[in-house]
Amino acid sequence: MMKRIDALKRIYKQLDSKLIITNMGAVAAELYSLGHKKNFFYLEHSMGLASSVGLGLALSKPRIKIIVFDGDGSVLMNLGTFSTIARYNPKNLTHVIFDNESLLSVGGFPTATSTGTNLKDIAISSGIKNAYETNDIDEFESLFKQNTNLDNASVLVSKVEAKGPEKFTMDLGLIENKIDFKRHINSLKEN
Amino acid sequence: MAVSVKNSELIYKSLKNCGVKIVSALPETWLVHLIKFSEEDPDMQLVRLAKEEEGVGISSGAHFAGLKSAMLMQNHGFLASINGIVSLAQLYRIPLLMIISYRGEMGETDPWQTEGGLRTESTLKALDIPYDIIDSADSVEKKINKAAVLSESSERPVALLITRDLMVE
Repeated sequence: MMKRIDALKRIYKQLDSKLIITNMGAVAAELYSLGHKKNFFYLEHSMGLASSVGLGLALSKPRIKIIVFDGDGSVLMNLGTFSTIARYNPKNLTHVIFDNESLLSVGGFPTATSTGTNLKDIAISSGIKNAYETNDIDEFESLFKQNTNLDNASVLVSKVEAKGPEKFTMDLGLIENKIDFKRHINSLKEN
Repeated sequence: MAVSVKNSELIYKSLKNCGVKIVSALPETWLVHLIKFSEEDPDMQLVRLAKEEEGVGISSGAHFAGLKSAMLMQNHGFLASINGIVSLAQLYRIPLLMIISYRGEMGETDPWQTEGGLRTESTLKALDIPYDIIDSADSVEKKINKAAVLSESSERPVALLITRDLMVE
């Protein structure tokens, strides 16, 4: 099984032309640790809503690719998001879910994906046309590239080890992050 | 009982005049015409939700993109959205224009609406959300415009409670 940080490293250079929304916890801290960029927005609370923010952005900016980095714990809090995304099916939205079967940052409590819940299957049954799952880093890299060039919204469930960063702190204010991210979007030529 | 088409049109026109481009909604009896107008308008993006809290995310994404949005929901939908309102919209200073049907107030006939009605204003106050009540057609445009202006300038959620007197004929 792969580590989330290694998966992020594989695709980090492909993120520049896209807008990135992450959920809170390990994903945010690890992406930040690779080097913060102005096109990254870390949603440091409201678990479950990262993909809803991504949908709002994808519908508002149809010519810009939006990537959501999410976790199993967050997605399980807002399973209706798959149905809503499927209904509007914005092709510029890719929902990447790092599934470590655990609420890692609060002590590693097992989530329902450890007891049989399958997020890829839920996505498909919710109407998402392109949903994939992998636990292999090479396949993750190729699926990520493929998923960001589809005619549909897509979900990529990536099974990863329940290991997080050593520290979760980031030298970036929440509102500072929002203002920079908004300003960056406003500066894009695609507007 | 019929939901007022005329007053729904008035609300919709006022939202359009404020520059609203995206509306998120969950169906509610009093909101049916507003949702229909949003769906039929080629210049409006309607986002039909599974749960109202998703609408906080939709409005946040729209705000990042520089678009104005509104949320159409029942007061129970507002109650179901509280974590998103607090830990996204208030935490990150996102403007939300929430148009909330005020069920369970005076004249309510459905028993199941009454507890939520009782707690709507006290919850808005507890969350420090500025709100106003619209109960007559002549104040619709002005109140919606003022709420939209305040939500944008303060970058915070603002609520308008639309009442039985306004919505039901």
